[in-house]
Amino acid sequence: MKMSRVPRRALHRLAFAAACGAPHAAHAAFQWNFPEPVTPIARDTLKIHNEFMTVITALFVVVFAIMIYSMIKHRKGADHPPAKFTGPSGKLQWFWTLVPFAILLFIDFVLMGVPAVEAVVNMEDTQNKADMVLKVTGMQWKWQYEYPDAGVKYISTLATPRDQIENQAPKDEHYLLEVDNPVVLPVGKKVRVLITSTDVIHTWWVPQFGVKRDAIPGFLRETWLRIDKPGIYRGQCAELCGKDHGFMPVVVKAVPEPEYLAWLDQKKAEAAAAASSSDRVWTKEELIDKGKEVYGRICMACHQPEGRGLPPTFPPLAGSKIVNGPLLSAEGRIIRDSHVDRVMNGKAGTAMQPFKNLLTDLEIASVITYERNSFGNARGDMIQPAQIRSLRQEKL
Amino acid sequence: MNTATTTIPVAGAHHGDHHGHHQPSGVLRWITTTNHKDIGTMYLTFALIMFFVGGLMILAVRVELFQPGLQLMRPEFFNQLIGVHALVMIFAALMPAATGFANWQIPLMIGAPDMALPRVNNWGFWLLPPAALLLTLPFVLSLFGIGDGALATGWTMYAPLSVQGGFGVDFAIFAVHLLGVSSILGSINIIVTIFNMRAPGMTMMKLPLFAWGWLITAFLLIATIPVLAGAVTMLLADRHFGTHFFSAAGGGDPILFQHLFWFFGHPEVYILLLPVWGLMPHVISTFSRKPIYGYKAQVYAFMAIGVLSVVVWAHHFFTVGMPTPALIYFMFATMSISLPLAVLFFCWIATMWRGAISFETPMLFALGFIVLFGIAGLTGLVLADVAADAQYHHSYFVVAHFHYALFAGGIMGVMTGVYYWLPKWTGRMYSERLGKLHFWLTAISFNLTFMPQFFLGLAGMPRRIPDYALQFAEFNAISTVGAFVLGFSQLIFAWNVWQCAKGGAKAPAKAWEGASGLEWELSSPPPYHSWETQPQVA
Repeated sequence: MKMSRVPRRALHRLAFAAACGAPHAAHAAFQWNFPEPVTPIARDTLKIHNEFMTVITALFVVVFAIMIYSMIKHRKGADHPPAKFTGPSGKLQWFWTLVPFAILLFIDFVLMGVPAVEAVVNMEDTQNKADMVLKVTGMQWKWQYEYPDAGVKYISTLATPRDQIENQAPKDEHYLLEVDNPVVLPVGKKVRVLITSTDVIHTWWVPQFGVKRDAIPGFLRETWLRIDKPGIYRGQCAELCGKDHGFMPVVVKAVPEPEYLAWLDQKKAEAAAAASSSDRVWTKEELIDKGKEVYGRICMACHQPEGRGLPPTFPPLAGSKIVNGPLLSAEGRIIRDSHVDRVMNGKAGTAMQPFKNLLTDLEIASVITYERNSFGNARGDMIQPAQIRSLRQEKL
Repeated sequence: MNTATTTIPVAGAHHGDHHGHHQPSGVLRWITTTNHKDIGTMYLTFALIMFFVGGLMILAVRVELFQPGLQLMRPEFFNQLIGVHALVMIFAALMPAATGFANWQIPLMIGAPDMALPRVNNWGFWLLPPAALLLTLPFVLSLFGIGDGALATGWTMYAPLSVQGGFGVDFAIFAVHLLGVSSILGSINIIVTIFNMRAPGMTMMKLPLFAWGWLITAFLLIATIPVLAGAVTMLLADRHFGTHFFSAAGGGDPILFQHLFWFFGHPEVYILLLPVWGLMPHVISTFSRKPIYGYKAQVYAFMAIGVLSVVVWAHHFFTVGMPTPALIYFMFATMSISLPLAVLFFCWIATMWRGAISFETPMLFALGFIVLFGIAGLTGLVLADVAADAQYHHSYFVVAHFHYALFAGGIMGVMTGVYYWLPKWTGRMYSERLGKLHFWLTAISFNLTFMPQFFLGLAGMPRRIPDYALQFAEFNAISTVGAFVLGFSQLIFAWNVWQCAKGGAKAPAKAWEGASGLEWELSSPPPYHSWETQPQVA
């Protein structure tokens, strides 16, 4: 039986791929319901959803069966004189008229209402017995994840290459749902998730967790999850947040606790290495190499691969007055609205974040050096991670 | 007015027969007209044009979504198209169509010679073309390298994204102001007309249900449009004058915008639907050859829906993070709307019960409306549930739900009205064959377009994305095919209306055998000035 099903499904997919011009057919077609739930909230939600769908389907069938019966039985061709009544008459008719409303009242407030209230109360129970905290910060167009207890934080961005999006390469299985640095969480632990944003409203959503919560700039929102099953779970930003709203996926890797702790130690070591990288002097070539990688990951979505930007919203870096301006003042301090100022402190009201909160000294120093020596900009100068470290303390 | 004599003194009534000598002809006639029939025609024509403009925008979007990857447009342009599509369809197609109905029909149905405030009426219409221009002009300007295009925030204009946006947002803000002023002027006119100009003997509880539906709509507009106007003005101030209504850094709150927007936005749904709900019983009663069932119940249901509609707004943003008691309140308040809505469904079906039903085009659209709008109502009931909403929200499930409400509910409701009253307005019959073809193509392709979107939402596809993961490819391809059939079927409608107006078969005064009401006592088409002598209602 199983053998005979496989080729038929493959054939079906092939036919559809041909019809749609889909470059890759290795994915589940026609999913009719929620994906498999892996948290208590998602299980509640799926159960409630299935019950409610049954209830409304039953209502739909009953009501429109009556209507269709009337359309056939009481059609003009059936040749009977139309009735004249305009409302219920007599106690019995009033009773039968009110019955459907009593049923609806019961469906609304008891059949659907009671399980809904229970699920909501459970969903909002974020603070009791939480084993750990994950802080999620949305920004245009990436997520930052922070483990406050361990002092680990990093940025997670889309890993799908540009040429797949532009249809110049075949699309991977996890097209648009893959990132460079996934969130790693232990299974079986209650994770309290704190959510905020640095610019506009985003929404953190992983369908298999049944969790969707808005990231509001300047406010902290919270939700919780307890993943039962190891695996990789994928979701997306769900609130329109500008140009690359469709390109900021969420990928969560759920692993057993020992593996999680090992991963956390490795992340801590990486952070320590990044901090110590500020102590040594880097050559210009090293910085440019590193900067190119940082640019591709963080800056390119807006400023574009060739640094031409997308004016007027996203200004060009090639030939830019700011990028080609002086690096620092004669005293070695930040000049207001200079290249270093923009990268470190951002520009209010735009997608340009204060990147000093997001990137390491090395990343900032290297990307500044790269930009000043690329896209036809030939300042020839450079800035060291150690300088960035001391500039961090400076107030403008 | 009810106590006045049966003859209302109308300015120029004594020389009404040769009015043609006193008014300009050609374009100036339409610019200066204060006649409710002319203005109604202009509203309806404008709505039809903008319906195709908004439709073209979304067909471009559907082409982009036909398969994964970016093919046709940049994400920035995609974001502009979806937002302007919604604003055009809601404010420039559906609302003007409903106002066009009101202009043509309310005076005919209540036995009034015209609208109460004819010059206000003219102004209300002529605010619309500049507003439509403001909405779409940034597209044209960007072609010439000026600015970065239209509003790219979706029609909801959520701050702070809209604070960040280009001047397309400012254009949209001013367009919303003009559209709002136009709606308020129209609403004042309708309220004053209904309260003061009913034929003698027509008490409020004898008022046609269509007029009742519009009366509630008019009150909702007057109550909520100023809130929207306030919200977008605060947005304008945040953008240009350094205020911080929606910025936490200055002590404001981005969620304030959502509260204000949806305090308008939720009643807006009923603003779009109440005129259609008012129209349905007339059509169903006509083609069932049976009087309307539960007139009073429907009037009270309209009122209940009007009141409930302003106390449920926060169900549009359950995921922002609200206190649990607030979530539970908004959930139950929203579910309560199912009760008055069920009254309407009950009365529609009870009106058909034991009638002698025939299936001309208006009746087909009415029945299609009842079934498909039923799906909108039932999915709305599950959307109200906060726990499940966490999955549905911001997903294609919501997109499908509100297109069942506003296309199958709103647009198909308007189609019902157009086919029903077209013989009255033009004095000619449309082609029944083309009308039925239009209905079946519309009903089938509508479901082909939007039914897959329910499943896309359940599978986890967020709305407003220009590109998507491979698992969503098949349903999106089907939806795009459906959208194209749906879009092109509407050309049959435009052709049918045009052919009817140009030279259809002559229609009798009472175009439909089972019709009742004052408008059917006038000739088809009615004289330019009708009911100069008001009829006496028994």
